[in-house]
Amino acid sequence: MRTLDALIVESPVFRGLKQDQLDLVAGCASNVTFDAGERLFGEGDPADTFYLVRHGIVAVDTYVPNRGQLTIETAGPGEIVGWSWLVPPYRWHFTGRAVEAVRAVQFDGACLRRKCEEDPLLGYDLLTRFAQVLVSRLEATHFQLMDVYGDRHD
Amino acid sequence: MATATTEPARAVRGAMTPLPYRVVRKRRENHDNWTLELEPVDEAIEPIGPGQFTMLYAFGVGEVPISTSGDLERDGTTLVHTIRAVGAVTNALCAAGAGDILGVRGPFGNTWPVDAACGRDLVVVGGGVGLPPLRPIVYHALRHRADFERVVVLYGGRTPDDLLFRRELDRWRGRLDGNVDVTVDAAGRDWTGKVGVVTKLIPQAAFDPETAVCYVVGPEIMMRFTARALIDRGVTPDRIWISMERTMRCGVGLCGHCQLGPTLICRDGPVYRLDELAPLLEVPEL
Repeated sequence: MRTLDALIVESPVFRGLKQDQLDLVAGCASNVTFDAGERLFGEGDPADTFYLVRHGIVAVDTYVPNRGQLTIETAGPGEIVGWSWLVPPYRWHFTGRAVEAVRAVQFDGACLRRKCEEDPLLGYDLLTRFAQVLVSRLEATHFQLMDVYGDRHD
Repeated sequence: MATATTEPARAVRGAMTPLPYRVVRKRRENHDNWTLELEPVDEAIEPIGPGQFTMLYAFGVGEVPISTSGDLERDGTTLVHTIRAVGAVTNALCAAGAGDILGVRGPFGNTWPVDAACGRDLVVVGGGVGLPPLRPIVYHALRHRADFERVVVLYGGRTPDDLLFRRELDRWRGRLDGNVDVTVDAAGRDWTGKVGVVTKLIPQAAFDPETAVCYVVGPEIMMRFTARALIDRGVTPDRIWISMERTMRCGVGLCGHCQLGPTLICRDGPVYRLDELAPLLEVPEL
C-alpha cells in the first residue's frame, strides 16, 4: 500500500514538493471514500477541506432555477477539487458530488493555512501551485463561455 | 514526415456539374445531426479519401461542403456524410429521405496523412461536429490496428444531447484499450461522464507526446486551444494536423470564397499541418 506522501507527490499539483514540505502537507491529509451520489461539500458551506481525487469522478454542481442541478465540471484521478479553502471567506462556491465511488485524499484546509502562515516558503510554494490550478480553471471557463459548438448557419 | 496530398481528386472540367445520388439510408445521430448514405444513380464520383469533402446539393435550395464520415475501405461507391441541420441547405439535406435524389460534386480537397502515424501513437481530437471528418481515420486505424501504437480518441461536445456516435464511441473504447475519452461543456445530473472542455482531456491522455501524431477537427477556436494544449504536453506543431472549415463554394479554387491569406482551403486544404497554418490563424482579419 502506498503512503499518503507517495499519493500526494504523484499528483501533478504537488509534484516536486521537497520532502520537508511534503511532510507538512501530508500531516494535514487523510484518505477518504465516498459512495456514488454522496456529497463531498455543499454550496455556501465553510470550505475547510479540499480533495485530491485518486479514483472515480467528482462533479462540481450548482443549482440553476428552471434548469435544475447543472454540472459545471468534473475532476478525475490526479486532479484537485476545491480552492475555496485558500481564500476568504472560505466558503464553497459550488456543491461537490461523487458521480461514482470515489477514493480521495482529503486535506484539512485550516491546518494547511496555519502551516503556510508559520512557514511562508511553504505558503508561497502552495500558492504558486494553486494559482496554476486556478488559471487552468479560468482558461477552461473562458473556453466554455465562448460556446464554441453553438449554432452556425449555412 | 508525410505530407497531405495537394492535388484535387477531380479536374476542374466537369467539377461544377453535380452527379445525381440517391439517399439509401438515413440515421438520426442526435437532435440536429443526421447521417446520410448516398449511392450513385448512374455515374459515381472519384473515390473519396479521408478528410476530403463533397459539395452536396439540395436541388432548388443550394450547396454546402460536407466531409466524408464513412468507413472508406468498406463503403465502395457509397458516400457517407454526417450533416448538422443548421440552415436552409443543411435542413433540406437532412429532410431528404430514402429514395430522394441529391446532387454531389467532388471529391474536393486533400486527405489526412494517416500514414504519418504509422508505428506511432495516433491521436484524434474532435470538438462538436468535428468528429465526423475524423471518423474515417479511426476506421482506418481499427482496420489496420497493427500499423499503429496506441490509438486515442478524445471528443468534446456542448452537452450530452449534442454528442455524436455515442454507441460507436463505446464500441471504439472496447477496441482501443479504453483510450476513448469524452467530455461535455455542461450537463445535468443524469450525465455520469466528464464535464469540462476538451483540452482538459489532453494532459492525462495515454499517448507519447515525443512521437504521437495528432489530428484535430472542430471550430477554429477549439482547434487553437487544442493545439496549444497538445504543444504544452510536448507534441511538436509538425505532428499536429488540423482541418479548416471556411465558406467553400466552388470547391476547385476558382471563386475565392474560402481564401485564407495565400491559401485556398478547398484547393490547398482543408487539411493543414499546424506549423504551416498557425501564423494565419492569429490574423484577426482573415
